[in-house]
This record gives sequence, C-alpha cells and structure tokens, in this order.
Amino acid sequence: MLDLNEPLASLLQVLVFPGLTFALIFVLFMVWYERKLLAKMQLRVGPLYAGRFEGILQPMADFIKLLFKEVIVPKQADKFFFLLAPTFMMAVSASMLALIPLSASQVIADSNVALLIIIALLSLSPLTIIVAAWASNNKYSLIGGLRALHQMTSYAIPMSFSILGIVLMSGSFSLLAIVESQRSSWFILLQPLGAVVFYLAALAELERVPFDIPEAETEIVMGWETEYSGINYGIIMTATYIKFYALAVLFTDLFLGGWLGPAPVPPVIWTILKTLLVVTLMMIPRGVYPRLRVDQMLRFGWTGLLPLSLVNLLIGLVEIAYLKL
Amino acid sequence: MSEVTLNIGPQHPGSGHFRLVVSVDGDTITKATPDPGYVHRGVEKQAEYREYLQNIPLLERPVISDSNGSVYAYVLAVERLAGLTVPERAQYIRVLMAELNRIMSHLYWLAIFGIFLGHSTMFMWPFGDREAVIDLAQRAMGTRLTYSYFVPGGVRNDLPDGFKDQAIRAIEFLEKRLIEYNAIFMKNPVFLQRTRGVGILRTDDAIKLGVVGPTLRGSGIDADARKDEPYDVYDKLEFDIPTFPNGDCYSRSLVRLEEIKQSIRIVRQVLEAMPPGAFRARNPSVLKPPRGSVYTRTEAARGTYAYFITSKGDKTPYRLKISSPSFRNLPAFEFLMRGSHLADMPTIYWSLDYWPLEADR
Repeated sequence: MLDLNEPLASLLQVLVFPGLTFALIFVLFMVWYERKLLAKMQLRVGPLYAGRFEGILQPMADFIKLLFKEVIVPKQADKFFFLLAPTFMMAVSASMLALIPLSASQVIADSNVALLIIIALLSLSPLTIIVAAWASNNKYSLIGGLRALHQMTSYAIPMSFSILGIVLMSGSFSLLAIVESQRSSWFILLQPLGAVVFYLAALAELERVPFDIPEAETEIVMGWETEYSGINYGIIMTATYIKFYALAVLFTDLFLGGWLGPAPVPPVIWTILKTLLVVTLMMIPRGVYPRLRVDQMLRFGWTGLLPLSLVNLLIGLVEIAYLKL
Repeated sequence: MSEVTLNIGPQHPGSGHFRLVVSVDGDTITKATPDPGYVHRGVEKQAEYREYLQNIPLLERPVISDSNGSVYAYVLAVERLAGLTVPERAQYIRVLMAELNRIMSHLYWLAIFGIFLGHSTMFMWPFGDREAVIDLAQRAMGTRLTYSYFVPGGVRNDLPDGFKDQAIRAIEFLEKRLIEYNAIFMKNPVFLQRTRGVGILRTDDAIKLGVVGPTLRGSGIDADARKDEPYDVYDKLEFDIPTFPNGDCYSRSLVRLEEIKQSIRIVRQVLEAMPPGAFRARNPSVLKPPRGSVYTRTEAARGTYAYFITSKGDKTPYRLKISSPSFRNLPAFEFLMRGSHLADMPTIYWSLDYWPLEADR
C-alpha cells in the first residue's frame, strides 16, 4: 500500500514492483510466451535465436527495433492527437495496474471503489482508440475505430454485470476485500457463469481472437492501428498487453482467489501462477478460432452475454439467500 | 454514414495482385467492381512466338500453385493437333501428377482461407502438410512448383525408384491430417458461423453466371471434365464428383476438402495400376502440326481449364486462347458481394478460389 510517510518505498512500488517495471517485464514475457505457445499449436518452432533460452529475448529485440524506426506521421493526419493517442492509451492501461493487487501487501493503491475505477478506466479505452482512429484520417483506421468502439462499449456492460454477483457476496468494491472473502470458496465455484462471461468479455475488450474484428487485416488493413509505425506502434502494443495483463490479474483476484493458496509458496507467486493460467486460457482461442463478423459479435454481446450476466446475478442472489454468504 | 468507396488492392495483404473497388454503406456492400488486369502479361500473345515445347514453361507460370493442371490441356491439344500417341505409362503418370497438384492447390486454398478468416492455425497446418506433397513432386519432377513436366507425347522423365512407397506414405499422412482438419476447421463453430449461409450462389444463378469448378459443384451441379469428357486414363479410374447443394461458402469449402479425398483415392489406384513401359513417345523436338484448330479442356484444381489452339503448320501456334477458371468465376464476385457485409467480402472472395494471375494471364 502506498504510504506517504515513506516516499522512497512508495516510489519503488510504483516504478518497480508491483508497478511499471514488473508489468513491462511480464508483458515482454507474455509476448514471447504467446508466440511460443501459438507456434507449438501450429507445429512451428517460434522465436529461437535471441536470448539463451528459446528466443526469450525476441520481444525485447523487436521493441528495440521499433525504438529505432522513424516516426512517420501521415500528411493528412492531425499531428497533435495522432502522437498523443498512444500515450493516452498507455496511461489508461497503466493506471489500472495501480488498483489491482498482486497480494495483500503488494498493491499500490486500494480503494473501496477500486473495481468501479477499473471499470471506468476500461470504458475510457475505446475513447483513446477513437482518438487514434480519427486523428489518423484514414478510411481503414476510421472503420476499425468505429468497430472497436462498438465492440468495447457493448462488451463493457456484460463485463460489469458479470462481477456484480461477486460484489454482492463480498459486500465490497475493494479487491483486497473480495479476495479475502474467498477464503472458504473461490468465486469461480459459486459464479461459474460469471467467470465465463467475464472471460469472453475480456477477450472482446482486448480485441483478441475471435473478437479481433477491429484489426481484420484482410478487409481493413490493420484497423485503427494502420497508420502507426515505429515506437508509436510499440507503445500501442505495450499498452494493449498491459491491459491484457491487468485483466488477467483481475480475473485471478475476482474468481481464482487471488493470492490465496497453500503456505510454503509465497502469495505473490500464487497470483503470478494463476495469472499465467488465465493468460494461457486467453491465448488459446487465437490458435483455435477464426474471426467473428462484426454483426455476429454484437449480437453475441447483446443477446448472449448480457442475459447470461443477468442470469448470473440472479444465481448470485439465490446463493446469497440460501447459503447465507 | 454516407457511402464510402474502398479500394481493396491491387496490392492488398489478402487479395493478391488484383483490385476490388467496394462501395460500402455502413457495413453493407452496395457495389463491388472487380478490376482485373493488374498482372496481365500477355501470355497468349507471347505463346505465338514460342515453339510448342517452349510454351510449356510459359503457360504454367500464371498458375504456379497448380502448374500441371494448367498445362495438361495444352499438352493434350498439341498431341491432338500433331496426331501424337501417348504410352499408357505416361498417361498414368500424368494423371498421378495432376492429382497431386490438385491436392497441393486445395491445401494452399485452405491455408489462405485461414488467413482470410483470421485463423492462423488454419494457415499453418495445411501449408506445412503441403510440404509432404511438394517433396514428392520435387523428387519426381525436380522442382517444387513449376515443373514443366508434361510434354507432348508423355512426360519429361520417368518416376524415380522408390517413388511409390514415398507416395503411399505421404497420402497416408494426409488422410490422417484430413480427419483433423475436418474436426478442427470444418466443424469449428466460428468457422460455421462465418461461412454457412454466406455468399449463396443458387444452382440457376451458377449456371447463368457460367462459373466452373468447385464453385459450380458447391452449387449442386456435378460438372467435371474428368467425368464428362474423360482424357488420358480417367475413364479407367473410380472416383466420385463431390457436390453440395447449398451454394454457400461452406459448401464450396466442403467440395474442396472432399476433392482432396477423391484425389487421394485416384492416386492410390494409379500407383497400383501403373504399367511398365515407355514414359514418352519418340517425337521430334520441334513440332510442326498440320493446319487446323483444336479445343481441349481438362479439370484443373480451380475448374475447367481449356485451350483453343490454331496451327498454320508452323513451329509456333498461330493463335492460342486460354480459358481459365478464375476468369470464368469473376462474374460471381459482383453478384455475390452486392448486399453482403464488408466482413464477408474476404470469405466470399476466397471461397471462389480466385487466382489473379490465372485470370489476367
């Protein structure tokens, strides 16, 4: 927890662990892990040469390459907002890290409305995307941006509804309290439907397969990222993966009991292990499914996930009434 | 939102060298105008300046994914024009290689369909498994894609020793993989959602538009030159023409997968029935066919591939006309895309297995 009486320790928490540096290292690991996992599924080798072990430094090498590339701003683009958008995106993603605890002590800021703030930040991210798309002043970017806007707004609602049951059971919006109230039983056992809805909505929020519609490369080049290259693209990718990491930890805290686990393993390691499991589960669809169509995705969100999240809430209420939680 | 015109291509990541001018109103395509010709190289005219044998490498260049299928009809036409006889072994070898090429082409099609649908595993698996057939082809014909293997009067060289065993191993491997493809790609719920009921080409529309090949068979018509006008030894072999009645992208996909199975069946029979003997008739290397015209058609991987050749008794053809399946399927673009979603554009596009080089020639 952030303590203003100890400024150095607080700074270390924000910048090193569990803050930015740890998140960035984890993100680089995630990129490598995703490429390797996908490669194994597709009977390929994947990254192999950079780094001593199985090309583990490949994402780092890619990032450095992006760092040295020329920053290209299209002539017709709105330069100020075009360059601002990646930073904006990064800020929104990184802010989420502050509120998501890795263990009871490893949290930068806990608040009794932490979950609400996270949801607010998630609803802010389509705005950053539409800024990027609009500032690019490109047809493909605009279509991709509008698709992203549709997708994220319609999936943010089932996502928020899917965690209402948990909030009722634990009686708090604070993530620390939510994890502590899972001592008797993880919420994934009490709210399995909520976990499924949250998982699918998170996939859509992150624009991951089968919901990677805003970046459908065969129709609209790269969607809203089309005009970005070099380090701006690198920042966008990092921001996306930080959001991915944040949502995976959030899933762990909400449904998998966070850092709760048998004693000899430290709590932080439990969180990281469970997060890795969630990350793997979120990556596997990329090797299994094609991309959905935008209208099918919206129909699935409004007529599939939204009612399911409401049913889940009802189940939660029944459980509270009969199990005396 | 008012109408927006999008240029898909001519150098778009998915479409190959071909431009599609698409007008969209929201997410609905109001007009799709194909604009072929970006990779037109005047193959037909070039062919008039080359001897009959020299034309083979030229004519297979437009269709590198199915190069045997594209010169098959040419070789048959020259043979008929010059009155050459072909040894039976050569006929069997040609059928064998044409079918292997068909398998290769359909696997390539499946792989690129994966790209168009955003399914990266569907791209990697068939592309990797295609290597089994390519290795086979390389052993027999010397190169991976452009073989120049069929010549008037037979084939260029005989099969190497041990080819039969290698071929059996390869097709057994493919048969195993096809079962997995069926389970993972064809029965995938998202794949079904994306392809079933999308781009429906009804039987009467298919006939009116004059489409050919798997596109036509996907609309429920069992037209196949291998059965309708058997050439070489196709009439001695047992195989079925798969058709599916729905005419949507899913039917067209199933036709191609089923055709791979039928090709494997043909390859098995050919390997068993292959007689010994000469692989090529002794012919002069510079052919001078007598005056006359001839039209031949064969079933290449993408559909009916036909040649019309006129000879004036010279060592070069006087006129050579190619009718390629991709060009025949081009009218279906405009017809199928009007009124569909923008996101269905790639699905419809590749379900027709359009190969810009083949259409432009």
